[in-house]
Amino acid sequence: MSTMNAQLPGVFYRRPSPEQAPFIEEGGTVEPGQLVALIEVMKTFNEVKADRSGIISKFLLGDGDEVEAGQGIVEVDEA
Amino acid sequence: MNEVLVRSGGLYTTVQDAGRDGHYAIGMPPSGAMDRYSFTIANLLTGNPGSTAALEATYLGPELEFTDSRTVAVTGANSSVTINGASAPMWTSLRVGPGDVLGFGPLKTGARPYVAISGGLDVPEYLNSRSTYKLTGIGGFGGRALAEGDRVPLGRAQDAPAEGTTVPEEFLPEFPDVVELRLVVGLCSYRLTENALNSFFDTTWKVTKDADRIGYRLRGGTIDFVERQQPFGAGSDPANVVDLGYPIGSVQIPGGNEPIILLNDAVTGGGYATVGTVVSADRDRIAQTGTGGYVRFNATDVDSAVQARQDRDAWLHKLRTVLSG
Repeated sequence: MSTMNAQLPGVFYRRPSPEQAPFIEEGGTVEPGQLVALIEVMKTFNEVKADRSGIISKFLLGDGDEVEAGQGIVEVDEA
Repeated sequence: MNEVLVRSGGLYTTVQDAGRDGHYAIGMPPSGAMDRYSFTIANLLTGNPGSTAALEATYLGPELEFTDSRTVAVTGANSSVTINGASAPMWTSLRVGPGDVLGFGPLKTGARPYVAISGGLDVPEYLNSRSTYKLTGIGGFGGRALAEGDRVPLGRAQDAPAEGTTVPEEFLPEFPDVVELRLVVGLCSYRLTENALNSFFDTTWKVTKDADRIGYRLRGGTIDFVERQQPFGAGSDPANVVDLGYPIGSVQIPGGNEPIILLNDAVTGGGYATVGTVVSADRDRIAQTGTGGYVRFNATDVDSAVQARQDRDAWLHKLRTVLSG
């Protein structure tokens, strides 16, 4: 189990827009470079990409939560 | 031509110098480095005049590859700096050669690292400044933030301080959890009730996601305005006035609940009452306070504001002597 941390402060989003499905659900599999979330800051939506492969075991933040730089955002069970 | 190659632009990295002063009357904000203190020191460490164009990054630093021998220095936000993947010190003259790569890990504290390179960034001047003003796309490197694949021209390298020259600890800025900002009350503070002004100073304000070179929007309290009849020409928001010039660093409170501090790239005038102005020396501290950070305002007067600026200049002058000694 490892935690991916936010590189930016801002507002955390799990989906590309309010009416769309999340990029990935808990239990889903990620590969490095895969888009998992967005962080909005300075009027731009910045992509949060996986930097490891594994299974998303838990999101530590909800859609629309404020996030600080360095804060854990998702736990990954590395394969 | 000598240039530095941008392998990654980071989040928002722009060319900035000491600013495009003298054109405020035509609606042109000065732009320029937000944290003037850290920017100046980065230049001192690379042998450049203190106002030479350098890079200002935000949250995520850039990755830069050098094509010739240069002295480079990183100051400002407390960052994990690397050269060719190995950790390198901040606030220090670093020597790099062709193929060397300067990179950044996550920031520890602060919001804006500065990267100066000996010889400076030799982008064209616009109205006597190389500062980027992104809203209108002028100045800097194509009027925009750096992106992967850019090749930024460099000026002729000057004599730089010896490799390893380091800023003594007493000169390093602090990054407190709650940043104290000195504020000169006015010009339109008469629009606030007395309690509202006290409450403004008693509140610890949180920096929202809407915080950039244009302005910082804050949240944390509600400010009451004096009741009045809406003047001809003013909007209906109690915070509206008939048009007004905005000092740089001025604070307006649209809606009474979200103060905005206007900064280097802000509009020069508009229709909101500005209730106070953060003193210029403390704008350095705003620049290093990011989204999620906290600020408080302390009332001061114009004489103290001028003194604060002179103190900062004197402190930089002292550092210059120390570094050249």
